[in-house]
Amino acid sequence: MEKQELLKVEGLKQYFPIKGGFLGRTVNHVKAVDDISFTIYEGETVSIVGESGCGKSTTGRAILRLEEPTEGKVEFRGVDLAGLSKRDMRKYRKDLQIIFQDPYASINPRQTVASVLTEAMDIQKVLPANERRGRAEELLETVGLLPYQADRFPHEFSGGQRQRIGIARALSVNPQLIICDEAVSALDVSIQAQVLNLLEELQDEFKLTYLFISHDLGVVRHISDRIIVMYLGKIVEIADKYSLFENPKHPYTKALLSAIPIPDPDKKKERIVLRGDVPSPIDPPSGCRFHTRCPYATEKCQVDVPELRTASSMKEGHEAACHYIEEIESGEKQPNY
Amino acid sequence: MSIQGTEDIILEVKNLQTIFKTDTGDVRAVDGVSFKLPKGKTIGIVGESGSGKSITSLSILQLLASNGKITNGEVLYKGDDLLKLTENQMRKLRGNEISMIFQEPMTSLNPVYTVGQQISEALMLHQNMSKKDAFIRSVELLQLVGIPSPDKRVKNYPFELSGGMRQRVMIAMSLACDPEILVADEPTTALDVTIQAQILELIKELQDRLGMSVIFITHDLGVVAETCDYVAVMYAGQVVEYSDIRTLFHQPKLPYTIGLLKSLPRHDIEQDKLEPIKGNVPSPHEMPVGCRFSPRCPAATDLCRTKMPQLETDENGNQVRCWIYTDEWTGEAEVDIYGETRIAKSGGAKTVLPD
Amino acid sequence: MTKYIIRRLIQTIPVLIGVTILVFSLMHLVPGDPAQIVAGEGASEQTVENIRERLGLNESIPVQYGRFLGNAVQGDLGSSVRSGRPVMDEIGSRFWVTVELAFYSTIVAVFLGLIAGIVSAVRHYTLADTSIMIVALFGLSMPNFWFGLLLIQWFAIGNWMPESLEFLKMRPSGWGDSWRQIILPVLTLGTGGAAIIARMTRSSMLEVIGQDYIRTARAKGVSERIVTYRHALKNALIPVVTVVGLEFGGFLGGAVLTETIFAINGMGRLTIDAIRTRDFPVVQGTVLVISVIFVLVNLLVDISYRLLNKRIDLN
Repeated sequence: MEKQELLKVEGLKQYFPIKGGFLGRTVNHVKAVDDISFTIYEGETVSIVGESGCGKSTTGRAILRLEEPTEGKVEFRGVDLAGLSKRDMRKYRKDLQIIFQDPYASINPRQTVASVLTEAMDIQKVLPANERRGRAEELLETVGLLPYQADRFPHEFSGGQRQRIGIARALSVNPQLIICDEAVSALDVSIQAQVLNLLEELQDEFKLTYLFISHDLGVVRHISDRIIVMYLGKIVEIADKYSLFENPKHPYTKALLSAIPIPDPDKKKERIVLRGDVPSPIDPPSGCRFHTRCPYATEKCQVDVPELRTASSMKEGHEAACHYIEEIESGEKQPNY
Repeated sequence: MSIQGTEDIILEVKNLQTIFKTDTGDVRAVDGVSFKLPKGKTIGIVGESGSGKSITSLSILQLLASNGKITNGEVLYKGDDLLKLTENQMRKLRGNEISMIFQEPMTSLNPVYTVGQQISEALMLHQNMSKKDAFIRSVELLQLVGIPSPDKRVKNYPFELSGGMRQRVMIAMSLACDPEILVADEPTTALDVTIQAQILELIKELQDRLGMSVIFITHDLGVVAETCDYVAVMYAGQVVEYSDIRTLFHQPKLPYTIGLLKSLPRHDIEQDKLEPIKGNVPSPHEMPVGCRFSPRCPAATDLCRTKMPQLETDENGNQVRCWIYTDEWTGEAEVDIYGETRIAKSGGAKTVLPD
Repeated sequence: MTKYIIRRLIQTIPVLIGVTILVFSLMHLVPGDPAQIVAGEGASEQTVENIRERLGLNESIPVQYGRFLGNAVQGDLGSSVRSGRPVMDEIGSRFWVTVELAFYSTIVAVFLGLIAGIVSAVRHYTLADTSIMIVALFGLSMPNFWFGLLLIQWFAIGNWMPESLEFLKMRPSGWGDSWRQIILPVLTLGTGGAAIIARMTRSSMLEVIGQDYIRTARAKGVSERIVTYRHALKNALIPVVTVVGLEFGGFLGGAVLTETIFAINGMGRLTIDAIRTRDFPVVQGTVLVISVIFVLVNLLVDISYRLLNKRIDLN
């Protein structure tokens, strides 16, 4: 089957100015996202993973222009969203929806669930006004709540149920792409599994495409088709799920995967414990941004920025940004610590 | 691994109950918690939000908020019941023999004092050190927990340190007086995974070196598998299963524990579908009459819904709070739980469970 | 830090200019012809014209303002219409009387307010807490002048005191000759402030006591007293400092009534007298001086706030 491009991000940069000095001039920038490119195809789930400060959430927000991106293109079905006027952008808002970590913070506590849902439909003129209430109840059933709960207020629901409301609201405008920004991170395991299963069912039913932003690699492995690993505003590796977990190439990806505790006391594996903290994105390290913590770093890494590339041992579509993929693989390069 | 027998038990909690007075009535946050901590070992207390795991740890040290009260139970430390001590006696134990680290390293340090001042405080208090000696010892402790250039860092204020560094400072502070027991309440939950790996490694290494016993409170089953020797699973204020780590992960008995493991998305293996536990955690104001998990349990019978099961100990010293493993069980002999089969005790005469 | 202070100093310039504009407009905002008002009803045309000439009211408003500002910067605030003396001389020693009054009142407010606030917070929801907060509410709601009059009645004029307590007898008026003159006005001015500080300290302490680092301190085995004074208070005081600074500024301006009641010859009374006699230059002068002090106190508050709260540096 021919894969259809849905969203294409090219050279996206998001710099946040830092004010300072006498008159509050911009003295520097936080380079939250620094020149990243990737494509999402219709019907798939792509995840962005990384630790705090890697720019994964900023990427999601920049795609939706919740914050205006500094530079770069965000093409949705061939139309560059970043270049649209605010007015024209509004038309696309219904196609791209977002679900946040804390749905409570994004739902007006004084609105009933029904009015939250119908309001979204009203803004995007999705259905004739008299059909919206019925649709809202239908949506509640779709996400596993009960129609009679439509007249309740958000605080009457538990965390997992509120996340379902967030999902129902996103669905209410018939979107094509849903960005899930840490959407299940705050939920307890048993509830998280319910919501993950729900998201999968909805994807099949409504042919949805997901951009899943998360720090939890277990969740990501479960839900994704392809995975993007970010570190300090850059993509370090991008691969299909299987390749990423079974054949990671970038030293950061390897360290990240090895750092996650496995819920099986008999499965002890080699752990790569990284030294130090993530550097500040204000003055990111030169060359490869990971070189300050990388066990394989050389002088070259301090100078040359590595490009994403596919080495011979990698499957098509699997790319990593490291100078020494081959050398590390062959054992020619050994860790310095 | 057996819990009973030769091992030296340093701390034993027996049938602990803690209530909180709220505007809407008393909440029984902890209602029947029992477990044993063998000397030099790590016990994990695992549970979802609202299970009462953090309240349990605060109850052990009697650090509850003013509206909380321990109404029943015993906390035996080296044989003495801590709940019978005066506040003064208790204070001499805190930070000295039993110390604690918390979830939020960002907010758990006092913003207006330097790292050194905060570490020194415990030393001066419990070990009568002079200010100067305490300062020197603080630098050593920072070195011990792997903080680079400790002689400079000791003069830093907390805001000048990253989250991982602050948690190291917290650990240094808790180790200041060489405690017998370290209570770690979700110490890595707020940290990134690569930093979490550093901190877990550090705690383990220090435990080996200093021989302390650890109570590790967490919601993360991965962290439990990696750090603990024994686990107490908590649900709705109670310990519902207590066993050694291998049994818990390979042959869990309780339907809730099985469900929890089946709901967990894993990064290390391919899973087709998650088996979520249906429904929600009960509200502390409306606890189910019988087994508290019965409204969500796939195997619940009328017995489960009407009568609360007790924590029963099996021949290996492991414990479970479930009717399936008692003589009163009236359901199937082979119980299907989230795709796994467990043999009920009443039916166990026919089929012997392979160990 | 120096950078910050310089930046804050520069930022006060527009504020000060705004203040001078307001003060300058005073004279022109009063309905009617200022010269006529100063001269009084029934004054001859010539007198009015002379006054207009002397106050420079013939010139355009911007020119008048320019001259006012230029003179003010050099410390020349014009001359009193009534006495003919320079306004600066009129303010002179009275300025220090008011500053003294405000200063002592601040000390009283801080002392009473902190103690009440801390006790209230440490014993919150007890009888002590409730009583303190009720008293504080009284302190807040009772008008200054009324409280001052009551104090005079009780401690200066009234004859209810038995002989043994006579040494408590205060003097109802004046300033600077005896401590017996100081206590009543300082209490009058300070109690309202004490009430505000008490409420502020209480809520700030309660917030801090709920913080994670307080739990950490308790987990270290620190006694409740040290938790309160060493760990909680220092953090809780940060927002209180702002209030104290503002109160001091407020006392300078609020001294008007107190000075009138206790017949204290300070700036407040000077202002009142000047208003009564339509002595515009003096009114302008006192208002300007008080405003400038207020702005400077604010600046000091911001700087000390920053020193106390090191975290702000981060942002």
